[in-house]
Amino acid sequence: MKTWLMSSALALSLAAFAAPALAQSAPDPDAKPGGDIVITYKDDVATLDPAIGYDWQNWSMIKSIFDGLMDYVPGTTDLRPGLAESYEMSDDGLAYTFHLRPGVKFHNGREMTADDVKYSLDRVTDPATQSPGAGFFGSIKGYDEAASGAAKGLAGVTAVDPKTVKIELTRPDATFLHVMALNFSYVVPKEAVEEHGADFGKHPVGTGAFRMAEWTIGQRLVLEKNPDFWTPGIPYLDRVTFEIGQEPVVALLRLQKGEVDIPGDGIPPAKFQEVMNDPEQKARVVEGGQLQTGYVTMNVTTPPFDKPEVRRAVNMALNKDRIVQMINNRAVPANQPLPPSMPGYTTDYKGYGYDVEGAKKLMADAGLSGGVDTQLFAMNTDPNPRIAQAIQQDLAAIGIRAEIKALAQANVIEAGGNGSAPMIWSGGMAWIADFPDPSNFYGPILSCSGAEAGGWNWAKYCNAELDAAAAKADSMVGEAAKDARLKAWSDVYMKVMEDAPWAPVFNEQRFTMKSPRMGGADALYVDPVSIPINYDYVYVNQ
Amino acid sequence: MAAYLLRRLFQAALILLGVSIITFGLLYVLPADPVRQIAGRSATAEVVENIRRQLGLDQPVWVQYGRYLWGLLHGDMGRSYLQRTEVATLIAARLPATLQLMVGAILAELTIGLTLGVIAALNRGRPLDTGLMVSSFVAVSAPQFVVALLLLYVFAVKLGWFPIGGYGTLDHLVLPSVTLGIMGAGWYSRMMRSSMLDVLRADYIRTARAKGLSRMRVILRHALPNAILPIVAMIGMDIGIFMGGVVVVESVFGWPGIGQLAWQAIQRVDIPIIMGVTITSAVAIVLGNLLADLIAPFIDPRIKLRLN
Repeated sequence: MKTWLMSSALALSLAAFAAPALAQSAPDPDAKPGGDIVITYKDDVATLDPAIGYDWQNWSMIKSIFDGLMDYVPGTTDLRPGLAESYEMSDDGLAYTFHLRPGVKFHNGREMTADDVKYSLDRVTDPATQSPGAGFFGSIKGYDEAASGAAKGLAGVTAVDPKTVKIELTRPDATFLHVMALNFSYVVPKEAVEEHGADFGKHPVGTGAFRMAEWTIGQRLVLEKNPDFWTPGIPYLDRVTFEIGQEPVVALLRLQKGEVDIPGDGIPPAKFQEVMNDPEQKARVVEGGQLQTGYVTMNVTTPPFDKPEVRRAVNMALNKDRIVQMINNRAVPANQPLPPSMPGYTTDYKGYGYDVEGAKKLMADAGLSGGVDTQLFAMNTDPNPRIAQAIQQDLAAIGIRAEIKALAQANVIEAGGNGSAPMIWSGGMAWIADFPDPSNFYGPILSCSGAEAGGWNWAKYCNAELDAAAAKADSMVGEAAKDARLKAWSDVYMKVMEDAPWAPVFNEQRFTMKSPRMGGADALYVDPVSIPINYDYVYVNQ
Repeated sequence: MAAYLLRRLFQAALILLGVSIITFGLLYVLPADPVRQIAGRSATAEVVENIRRQLGLDQPVWVQYGRYLWGLLHGDMGRSYLQRTEVATLIAARLPATLQLMVGAILAELTIGLTLGVIAALNRGRPLDTGLMVSSFVAVSAPQFVVALLLLYVFAVKLGWFPIGGYGTLDHLVLPSVTLGIMGAGWYSRMMRSSMLDVLRADYIRTARAKGLSRMRVILRHALPNAILPIVAMIGMDIGIFMGGVVVVESVFGWPGIGQLAWQAIQRVDIPIIMGVTITSAVAIVLGNLLADLIAPFIDPRIKLRLN
């Protein structure tokens, strides 16, 4: 039996289960077309090449300029077809056939075809492209040969006809459709890539709702409406102007003066209380969850954290409520690696709980009642040193004397990768999911492969049994296996918590502020996959 | 003079070579792996190694430096690791903004510094003199980011006289220029006061006064032009001081110059940009000093006499 999904059928199913999001899956009847908005950012936009761009700032810009075979319902983590009007999966889960929408045009006026999809996937996995996301395509047949340079292109991707693409996998991969919605898989026109070469990221040409109008390095980047966009009526805005090089405090002052619509870097921590104490400003703040977890890693290969009792004691020693208060309640306490809004989150799990006496007992059980000295690495930008100090105090209460090493981000990453950091507070470098699937919280940061030198598994935690369980969970494909798969992932994370290589501390909440003229559902302002906002679906009222 | 110029140019080349070696060496020993930053967390080990190989970062440091120097001699500063754009393009796009800011800062420091210095000298020993000298001390010592935020709050937010950050018009230039120039203004006001007092004690001033010239005429026509000479000769040196200051000032005011570019690159360990900005700054400082030394004898003939 084949799984057959039509976009209309998916929309109907979403209508039943995702009512708040529905308004954004079709054009909003209240939306006023036209107008432009100004968004500020502190840092330069690195690149708009979807094969390369990999930071939260350019991620959502790329989403507005390009499209992939799959997409998400705006304001949600629900998958929906994108450039593919529909798709089929084979019974064994090893082949997907995507049927492309007719009449989709690139910004250069040429119609997008199956050859473009193949070219784009071949390009992102070509080592010459230097894409940081190449590894996401590891389940496609021919990946190893393409990634090593032994073959030109992916053997598993075939343009069957101008409107049909077939992708064969080497193993069933439940995350595959999410990967097809990732920026790295977005479709680019070969002629534009070849014209601009390494500078394609400065001259992006896609099929998205907006197209590039101006990019003055270090000053501004302007996107203008694509009148030929394949979703009629979208986008609502005529232009989005990104003003670059604006300090967050300055951006907030400009927002208060009406010169800015969205401060892209958010509300600066020093101004947060001031904004929230003013009812007029508070009314324009939108709060939402995000797929993020901040945690303390404990290097399980280094004493005293080679003893599970000590790691559990650390989990029990942390007063997470106090830490959350320190950051103006811009987070919720965490008890497991997955954030609450992630599928697979174990809702009935309470975690270790704050229990200083229990923690002391565990330390005594580990033979460390006399205390122990260690180091806690943390990023040196506010509020991370303050959080590290709070953690230090909590640890001191159970006899763990942690010296704080507050360093630049790059230095902490290096110390974590080479295993020289016994403990790391992940703040500022904490994990934010690439896509809304539980597997995305495991591979790089908790698996054996991530524990290798230079890897991002700073706890150096390696449990071969769990790796096998994770691989098995990801081979459970199709709607029928969905619940069983989420249960399998939940089990994996519960076992992780039993071994306690991490002390999860909090899940950050997102706070976006908007000018009075901004319109559209609140969910668009805390869109889990488009930060700070979903540019395609917001609009202005004046 | 030609021999002097050649010697100075040779020295300049040596300094630039030294700067490039030291900066490259420091970046190489930095306990941070730029490839990890570029590749992000989801990259597999294979992808990381591929990127490392393609960027040449798997080569020994002397090979990397040799390649860099060879490129530099051919006008190639390399490509940004993260922006994937030519470093020369990025710097060229931002250099005009920094130059505007520096010109603005020089005008600000001269206008403020010289005016206050003259006023202090003419009021020597009075409370106004003391007040101005204390102010100049504060201006020299105040951290630039504090000055920047203070000026921004008072003149942009509260009074609304100038825009809150940004770039493009003369109005945008005023506050960042004053912030960058305020330290120099502090120094110049003290130097101008001292220089003016020296000149006012000179015989020719006494003679001018004895001839019955008005106080204002004596000061403007005879004292000021002579007192100002040693200060003007120092302006070239300011470029070095400004290069440190532009990082802070450009970041606070959202000024799209190379200081802001450098700050972002440092945070992201984007080594080609850090190298490019350092070399560009070093060239500017060396040229600034050279120009100052070459122009000084023409402004102040006493220096020419000393050189000869």
